[in-house]
Amino acid sequence: MFLINCPFCGERDQSEFSSGGEAHIVRPKQPTELSDDEWAEYLFMRKNIKGIQFERWNHVHGCRKWFNVVRDTSNDKILSVYKMGEKPPVNYK
Amino acid sequence: MPNYRIHKTEYIDETKRVSFKYDGKTYFGYDGDTLASALLANGIHLVGRSFKYHRPRGIVSCGAEEPNAICQIGSKKDLTEPNVRATELELYEGLEASSQNCWPNVKFDIGGINNFISPLIPAGFYYKTFMWPKSFWKKVYEPLIRLSAGLGKSPTEPDPDIYDHKYVHYDVLVIGGGVSGIIAAKMAAKNNLKTLLVDDKKILGGSTIYQNNESIKIDDKLSSEWLKNEIQEIKKLSNLTIKTRTSIAAYHGYNFLLAKENLTDHLPEEKKKNKIRQRLWKIRAKKVVIATGSIERPLVFNNNDRPGILLSNSINKYLDYYGVTCGENIILFTNNDSAYETSISLHKKGIKNIIVDLRKSASSELIKQAESLGIKIYFNHVVTNTFGYRKINSLEIMKLSEDGNTTIGDKIKLSCDCLGMSGGWTPMVHMHTQSGGKLDFRDKDQVFLPKENSQDQISVGSCNGDFDLENIIDKTVNKINKFLDIDNQDYQETNIICSKENDKRNIWLLPNKIPLGKTKCFIDFQNDSTAKDIKLALKEGFRSIEHVKRYTTTGMATDQGKLSNMHALGIIADTAGVKMGTLGTTTFRPPFTPLTFGTLVGRNVGKFFEVVRKTSMHEWHVENNAEFENVGQWKRPWYYAKNGENMHDAVQRESKAARDSAGILDASTLGKIDIQGTDASEFLNRVYTNAWSKLAIGKCRYGLMLNEDGMVYDDGVTTRISENHFLMTTTTGGAANVLSKLEDYLQTEWPELDVYLTSVTDHYSTASICGPNSKKILNKLFPNLDLSDENFPHMSFKEDKLENINCRIMRISFTGELSYEINIESKYGNSLWKMCIEAGKEFNLTPYGTETMHLLRAEKGFIIVGQDTDGTMTPSDLQMDWIVSKKKYDFIGKRSLYRSDTIREDRKQLVGLLTDDPKEILEEGAQIVSDIKSKPIDMLGHVTSSYFSPNLNKSIALAVVRSGKTMKGQKLIIPMENKNINVTVSDTIFLDKENKRLNA
Repeated sequence: MFLINCPFCGERDQSEFSSGGEAHIVRPKQPTELSDDEWAEYLFMRKNIKGIQFERWNHVHGCRKWFNVVRDTSNDKILSVYKMGEKPPVNYK
Repeated sequence: MPNYRIHKTEYIDETKRVSFKYDGKTYFGYDGDTLASALLANGIHLVGRSFKYHRPRGIVSCGAEEPNAICQIGSKKDLTEPNVRATELELYEGLEASSQNCWPNVKFDIGGINNFISPLIPAGFYYKTFMWPKSFWKKVYEPLIRLSAGLGKSPTEPDPDIYDHKYVHYDVLVIGGGVSGIIAAKMAAKNNLKTLLVDDKKILGGSTIYQNNESIKIDDKLSSEWLKNEIQEIKKLSNLTIKTRTSIAAYHGYNFLLAKENLTDHLPEEKKKNKIRQRLWKIRAKKVVIATGSIERPLVFNNNDRPGILLSNSINKYLDYYGVTCGENIILFTNNDSAYETSISLHKKGIKNIIVDLRKSASSELIKQAESLGIKIYFNHVVTNTFGYRKINSLEIMKLSEDGNTTIGDKIKLSCDCLGMSGGWTPMVHMHTQSGGKLDFRDKDQVFLPKENSQDQISVGSCNGDFDLENIIDKTVNKINKFLDIDNQDYQETNIICSKENDKRNIWLLPNKIPLGKTKCFIDFQNDSTAKDIKLALKEGFRSIEHVKRYTTTGMATDQGKLSNMHALGIIADTAGVKMGTLGTTTFRPPFTPLTFGTLVGRNVGKFFEVVRKTSMHEWHVENNAEFENVGQWKRPWYYAKNGENMHDAVQRESKAARDSAGILDASTLGKIDIQGTDASEFLNRVYTNAWSKLAIGKCRYGLMLNEDGMVYDDGVTTRISENHFLMTTTTGGAANVLSKLEDYLQTEWPELDVYLTSVTDHYSTASICGPNSKKILNKLFPNLDLSDENFPHMSFKEDKLENINCRIMRISFTGELSYEINIESKYGNSLWKMCIEAGKEFNLTPYGTETMHLLRAEKGFIIVGQDTDGTMTPSDLQMDWIVSKKKYDFIGKRSLYRSDTIREDRKQLVGLLTDDPKEILEEGAQIVSDIKSKPIDMLGHVTSSYFSPNLNKSIALAVVRSGKTMKGQKLIIPMENKNINVTVSDTIFLDKENKRLNA
């Protein structure tokens, strides 16, 4: 059970949050210009890394805000938390 | 009756005699006893039959590791509990316990025959035997196996006890109240850290609390006396919470731990009543100190499972803590020093005992003490066999060879009535590994020890492999100071004398002249697996410890191999010729000891099992015989059983009335989302497939929402209340997910849009009135409202007042009839409903439930998202291309509508089905085929909705069928268990294709 530091509310139990998968996948601005393969890349393909992963989380039973989390999937350690629109921390690349 | 209680101790209150029943017979014990100690005091060792061979088994230990003494408590259908460890169960007046896994009784058990046919039932017996003939499995093998499987009996009625959950936060959690745990807790709490100390026993102190050997001293006192003083000290600390009878069940990530506290299990029946029985603590700790100690290992030799064979240290605890001796002529069989403590204790109480030591020699102070007391010691000897059916009565020992691999010389037969065994100590690393920590193997004494931590925790004391008192205290103090970053000096001057040495001769499978195949060297007492089984598994090719475990079932019983896992590993390593440390271990999974279901569930039983949402009209529905349907958490009227009619009759009546005159539906559960902001219409453009910019104020529009993959996600009507204000409705079940999805896009993809979403589902109650007479009813309710088609056409919205309360009225229809939905603040919902019913009386206004709603919409071919769709249907698959805007540049899911897969023409598509026999009603979910002769039969699709329509007087159905769009008029077959039903593909709209009724 993670303890997640919501950037708006502070530390809360994982049960208040829902996970939204990989972060920083931007919806294409002009989907109609894309080939099937390019659209599939956006729609279906995810990295699913063992190690440091950038993820989206939603404080669904709290402030309802979406935000980003840097998590090491091998040990579930959350290394950093930042708001939507903020630049991801560079030291975890 | 024999009495083995030979002396008084401070832990047993001899002034309080307690009577209890065991296997129907009444016995006596004292306050402070466990069931096990009371049984032993009465001379009872035999407490059960083993699982597979039904061999007589006795009490082995004095704690959580007990494999044999598990019993059934009570006999009431609702309160009986199986698999309770007699070694942990505190005795109380009126306790009723019985032995398990034996019939007719523990002394004479029919299943004992398995012991004699044991060569025929080796490891993997079930896998190898019950394979063929295949047809035998269901009718012969399975019932037979079920009959003999399982330990104990489950209660058959609901548990009447109360259970509780509690959430707590601490700076430091200390697990285990032995000497190292007490020191850690004191250091933490004195340093201003909010600390919780938990221990599974009734009192703190671990195994030091009854230690009484003169050669083990702290500050010139007996170690037990010193520790009692420490316990008095910590009880005064205001920062420290102490919870006894509380055991940690699981150690999860982020230092989140579950603990079970026993509150009433030790109380007599009448005092248990109306009290919380067990409480599950959900603990978040900043730091965790693991001080769970260690448990003694048995030794693996022929017939090591007879009643009267116990762990040596347990004999010591029964003697010094409970005042009970396990025998009068005891032999202690050991490979290390700790059995000598037991021996000296027994000797002091006048119990005759001798020692058989695997070691060639040893010379610690403790051994010298035993020697000087005249205790006979057989060094370099091994027990090779034991005798006695219901209890041990003698054994054989032989000399060990130089390398310890064989026995030499002559057998020596010794008589005894009890055998203590000590194979050294196994650190309890369960908590450490559950937390994600790794283990190291220490070759010297063959133990796994905590290595790297993955969480903020530390192991101290004997669970960290420190076995002698001096080491335990010094290392604990140093480690805790470092771990908590404090500088506590309390134990700087503590002077410890410990004469025990940590020297042992480890042999996993003890040598014997008898071939292994003819021996019974038990490893796992509870699951009856032997050294022979392990070797057989290796011979048959199993190599991974996880596979050997499952094949032989070693370590898979209710004790989870606390006594057996190490020996299994050791024998595998020896046999395979590899180093034990390289094998790894099986996984230590929670819970540490079994939990009751009640503890896990807590208060969430009965009506608190799940959250229930009721509309404000709910009471009226109940009073009017509504049967309810669960839709998500909502309770919705399913149908109203008038005059005791069944569902079919009720639905036929309701459906007919709605089309012939008027019907009313509680539509309050539909999701409602209030959308405001200058970009609200642009937002709707992006989330719905159709266009929204031109929707006039006061008008409503139906919308279809897709996922980005092009599949239908939700639908509903949205109303433009003002320029920048919309009210969206969603499906009842989809409301929460739709809001989350919309918030997701708003916050992450389109943060530049000025749009605000608020869930108002609970704010408004909705009564939906439909039917040709609905306008007349509305007119009675809202006499000042112009209901003409010119002023208030289909798909529009008006505001009016009902007795001065604002109402929002939408003229929208899900039934195809002229229809109005009246929304009012929820607190007036019930009044609104009653006023509608009153106004509708003269028009036979009939309340109808979800089943009739489904029927009416199916007659019109309207889909229900989640019933006619399943996440694989595009708008085109539903024959709803008309709602997908060709002009809009983009909306959620648009690009996916022309992926190669979504434009396939042979996708499953929504069609209508008419049965050739109009009275035949299809089953929802039934498969659809065109040809039943070719094998395998080609499955074309399935029925999604099916009803008997009273308005059309025939059966109608919706279905998804491969290439269905092109199949109109084609004959298909629905194969059922006993017959094939012939159907014809039809249009999806069965009634009023011209939509005349909307304006009737």
